[in-house]
Amino acid sequence: MRIVIAEDSVLLRDGLTRLLSDGEFEVVAAVPDAEQLLKAVAEHQPDLAVIDVRMPPGFSDEGIKAALVIRRQYPDVALVVLSQYVEGSYATDLLSEATNSVGYLLKDRVAHVNDFLDAARRVAAGGTALDPEVVAQLLIRRKDDPMSRLTPREQQVLRLMAEGRSNGGIVELLKVSPSAVEKYVTNIFAKLALPPTSTDHRRVLAVLKYLGA
Amino acid sequence: MSLYLDVMTSADLTASSRLAGMLSSLWSKGSWRATMSAMSALLVAAVGTTLLGVIGVVWGAAIFSLVTGAGDWAHVAVYVAAVIVGPVAELWAVQGVTALQRSRLRTVAGTDIPAGSHTSERKPWPVGPWLSASTWRHIAFHLLSIGIGAAAGAVAVCWLAPALAIAYLIVGAPSAATTAVSCTGGVVLLLTAPWLARQVVRVDETLAKALLGPSHNEELALRLESLTKSRAAIVAATDAERRRIERDLHDGAQQRLVSLAMNLGIARARFSEVPEPVKQEIAEAHDEALMALSEVREFIRGLHPAVLNDRGLDAALSGLAARAPLPVRLKVDMSRPAAPSVEAVAYFIVSEAITNVVKHARATQAEVTVARDGDLLRITVADNGAGGAALGGTGDPDGGTGLRGLVQRAASVDGTLTIDSPPGGPTVITAELPCES
Repeated sequence: MRIVIAEDSVLLRDGLTRLLSDGEFEVVAAVPDAEQLLKAVAEHQPDLAVIDVRMPPGFSDEGIKAALVIRRQYPDVALVVLSQYVEGSYATDLLSEATNSVGYLLKDRVAHVNDFLDAARRVAAGGTALDPEVVAQLLIRRKDDPMSRLTPREQQVLRLMAEGRSNGGIVELLKVSPSAVEKYVTNIFAKLALPPTSTDHRRVLAVLKYLGA
Repeated sequence: MSLYLDVMTSADLTASSRLAGMLSSLWSKGSWRATMSAMSALLVAAVGTTLLGVIGVVWGAAIFSLVTGAGDWAHVAVYVAAVIVGPVAELWAVQGVTALQRSRLRTVAGTDIPAGSHTSERKPWPVGPWLSASTWRHIAFHLLSIGIGAAAGAVAVCWLAPALAIAYLIVGAPSAATTAVSCTGGVVLLLTAPWLARQVVRVDETLAKALLGPSHNEELALRLESLTKSRAAIVAATDAERRRIERDLHDGAQQRLVSLAMNLGIARARFSEVPEPVKQEIAEAHDEALMALSEVREFIRGLHPAVLNDRGLDAALSGLAARAPLPVRLKVDMSRPAAPSVEAVAYFIVSEAITNVVKHARATQAEVTVARDGDLLRITVADNGAGGAALGGTGDPDGGTGLRGLVQRAASVDGTLTIDSPPGGPTVITAELPCES
């Protein structure tokens, strides 16, 4: 998997480069700002771009803007955006373009090395990886509060689904049986009036669309 | 015996040193300055009160003439004009002479009398100032300045007394008795002059401070104004300082910790063939680093969340609500953003209120509402918990302290905070923060 990294802190750029230079990963460019990121993506056409939101010159949302440009010009490049904090509008901006091959994670999560690598793989494979805090904030923004219709366990399952977990992943995380998870998922679809579909991927998209509506 | 002698000696000394003091004060700088000051008071009082008096007399005469029969229409017109213009001219003169007196006191006596009362000077001319107490206090001073001028004249006479006595001795044909009287009188008056000059200056300054300076209320108003300004400056400075520390920590320690934790994570993931104890150590170090990282992150959020700076109150509060360990419904209606320091106070009030709910309220959900209401930012935090929260915190001193902290936060930007928490709940905390639009 060929990766471009955009991160202005030298320390983190080097760290990310080391983290993503092993096994199936290969860092083809690591740049410090959005302008060079766009150049690098144009030149290398990577599978995945890992992008810090706050970069020079303005240190505000240069990374998000660059990610949206990349999404329009190179729809095949998967995107993982790293942010110092969760901002709902960043997430909806990203998801409004397309809900596949997108990740939005808090920057600190890169320290949870295995989780981060999982997220990178998932996104590169066309899935999503949203930080649990992103999901929580998107749910808060809902006006009619769909969560009130779900039991706490179902809410938990929905969050994990929205983060991009498969049923198998949820079974592992919650330490429950696969049939129980399937029952939760069916209930969630019923309560949120979502048509059940066969693949994990479309299921997540449906959830995200519902959240972002 | 020896005690008696000592007393005698010291009494002698006191008497002689007093005389020496009186003599030396004749040519001391202070005496001359006091005399100059008294003379200037005389001069300004003479000029000022003459001006005020002339205008007053003309005005009075015009009224008198109108009342007693004015004659032909030309005279009537002149009198009416004088009656109308008189108060305006008098007002102008009062303010002019007041300014002159202030400037005299500043340059000659070195006493700075603040003009004070901006509010009364802002009252519309020509009627407004006549209704203000300070105008009448100024007029009172100008009337009293006649007395001060007279006393200053007496100072001049005292200084000139020896010369007058000598002139009398030369020109007149004094008897032995009148010679003695005039000589003694001249010397005594001369010796009195420095003292009298100082008294005149003292009374002059006291009156000026009392009548030309700001009144007690005006002084309080001025002080309030300056305190309000300086407090706003302190709040803003504290805010800026928190922001700077947040930025420094984020750019420095936090990045380094992320990097450290990431490196340990890489080691943990890749060195799978190292001995078990080493693996264990690496895993523990990684976990420690993750813990430290999350503590630093929480600390930075508590200092000043960056999202507040970048994206405003709404975004910062939704992050807060999402992280809360209980469901928090959030309604934010910020048609116009408030000042950064007000938004920061609002954020911390909500943050601490939710912390309180989690710690003490035994609630299962909370609701936060933030809305602009004219020039007010109204914040309510309601929960469905056990209630009974009080500022005094008799049962739970910790809870009380938390709520008092909220009140202080609100007060730092002139806001108010009320707590409605009957036993059994629900608890509603309402804060109203003024914010200029």
